[in-house]
Amino acid sequence: MDLITNLALGFGVALTPVNLLYALIGVVLGTLIGVLPGIGPVATIAMLLPTTYALQPVSALIMLAGIYYGAQYGGSTTSILINMPGESSSVVTCLDGHQMARKGQAGAALTVAALASFFAGTVATILVAAVATPLSELALKFGPAEYFSLMILGLIGAVVLAHGSLLKAIAMIILGLLLGIVGTDVNSGVARFAFGVPELTDGIGVVTVAMGLFGFAEIISNLESTEKRQIIATKIKGFGLTREQFRKVWPAVLRGTGLGSVLGVLPGGGAMLSAFASYTIEKKVADDPSEFGKGAIQGVAGPESANNAGAQTSFIPLLTLGIPENAVMALMVGAMTIHNIQPGPQVMTSNPSLFWGLIASMWIGNLMLVVLNLPMIGLWIKLLRVPYRLLYPAILLFCSIGVYSINNNNTDIMLTVLFGLLGTIFVKLECEPAPLLLGFVLGPMMEENLRRALLLSRGDATVFFTRPLSLVMLLMSAGLVLLIVLPNFRRTREAAFHEV
Amino acid sequence: MAVVRSPKDFVAGLLFIATGVAAIAIAANYTLGTAARMGPGYFPRVLGILLILIGAILALRSLRLSGAPLPGWKWRPVLVTLGSVVMFGLIVTRAGLVISTILLIALASAASHEFRPREAVISGIVLAALAVGVFVIGLKLQIGIWPGAY
Repeated sequence: MDLITNLALGFGVALTPVNLLYALIGVVLGTLIGVLPGIGPVATIAMLLPTTYALQPVSALIMLAGIYYGAQYGGSTTSILINMPGESSSVVTCLDGHQMARKGQAGAALTVAALASFFAGTVATILVAAVATPLSELALKFGPAEYFSLMILGLIGAVVLAHGSLLKAIAMIILGLLLGIVGTDVNSGVARFAFGVPELTDGIGVVTVAMGLFGFAEIISNLESTEKRQIIATKIKGFGLTREQFRKVWPAVLRGTGLGSVLGVLPGGGAMLSAFASYTIEKKVADDPSEFGKGAIQGVAGPESANNAGAQTSFIPLLTLGIPENAVMALMVGAMTIHNIQPGPQVMTSNPSLFWGLIASMWIGNLMLVVLNLPMIGLWIKLLRVPYRLLYPAILLFCSIGVYSINNNNTDIMLTVLFGLLGTIFVKLECEPAPLLLGFVLGPMMEENLRRALLLSRGDATVFFTRPLSLVMLLMSAGLVLLIVLPNFRRTREAAFHEV
Repeated sequence: MAVVRSPKDFVAGLLFIATGVAAIAIAANYTLGTAARMGPGYFPRVLGILLILIGAILALRSLRLSGAPLPGWKWRPVLVTLGSVVMFGLIVTRAGLVISTILLIALASAASHEFRPREAVISGIVLAALAVGVFVIGLKLQIGIWPGAY
């Protein structure tokens, strides 16, 4: 079977000592930033991206991917122990996980979280491997019109399924598309929106935008709030599960894994949405819904498996279609571009060892995470005691070094500061920065495909509706927009995110 | 005179309109072309128009739908954190990583209301050693350690 040969190739790459080392570095860093509040995977990946120039492309991607799914594990630890989600995707875990910890079941909650995540990660990895080939083959049939419609679908999906105001999110996408235009136009050689700054003619780097909007802006808003973290000092015991708990857990894990795997593939999906959706479902199907919020173990198992499955399968659109569907994947596009790999369906055939190596490394990384999280939990708890006043200057420093190292000049640093300021304003106006980053990454691709499609059709815009695949994708986009205008769906969407 | 009921949406709307107008104004210098042969000015103009439309809807809607008031603005965290990074950017090439790191940490720490000067200096020295170890020795980034190295 092809799948087996491919996975064997992948494991061959992922199991080399160098790649094992980078997978380990990635998941350790991921766990670390998952545990530490105030820095998320987007800022961390942005910070490390420039430092991966010297690495083999596959090692670089393995490490950066490890940060993303590692953060899902780390985030649940803080959710359970101090009721403070280290990561947005583990917000839901706080609800019942922390209640379990209060009842003295912190050990059981941590075990469930880690094992549920591992199970989900394993299933999702196999799923990624299985659907990658057919999807890539489909994508190879895409012309520019299909690609343009696919990007519209991706962007619309990303904002419909995310939370917050739809109108603002669409405006943020357009803002991102405009920022993506900055630089020299490939077709005419005209430097657009460069304001006479020579560095801008090469365009703005994705790291600069991500670091400013996510890294700096987050530090500033954390400093503005005076909230204090309370740290529990109790020893954690009892990592085992009772038979009764086990009986409750496994169906929740199965449902969570299934749900997360599907939602992860959808644009805008990924870890966070999956976790929210799973919690809602578990509460609906439970024998006793009143347990929820008071330490229901299914309320930990479901969302934890869902967020990990979602984190994993959100790589599918990136790896097969070249379309990022959330902010982290947008940065992975940046990482691939740095190493001269054009993301898209051709990666699998032109670069099979990279493709399958990355997928195999995800499973290995998940295994490492179980080991990192269960026996070494004490270490992570100690880290929680590092006060924020020591932490944020260090984050600022690493961000600055990362940005500086892109071109070894300070233009990038000044741009990042500008985006940090902009990001702070966005936070105040409740404008989500993630759609902007997606638009930014997709901007040049979108313009290029729009141009090509209309060039081929001699300026006839109906080409997007007469080609069947393109039409289907546009209809799906329209459907999504209609969906959100419908009061019923809007209510469910708001409820899903306000459950917490 | 209409009353703004949702100031966040109103300001965001104005911001989007202004950006859209600016984009169109700047893109006016670039060739528009036709749909079949788009010039460099085509896509930016389309985006500018869309941005103005959405901004206008947001701003008008904010007169009817009510929302949360604009939050206050604390200047200290904004100025001190971003200022420390600007300073780092300005001096790192000439002063080298060690001195720039210690200065960045010392200055940035002052943004917190729990600022402790001695602690900030110690943390700066430790982080400088760490940064040199990880970035210059480990990852082999081309950054000078001491003044005048590059």
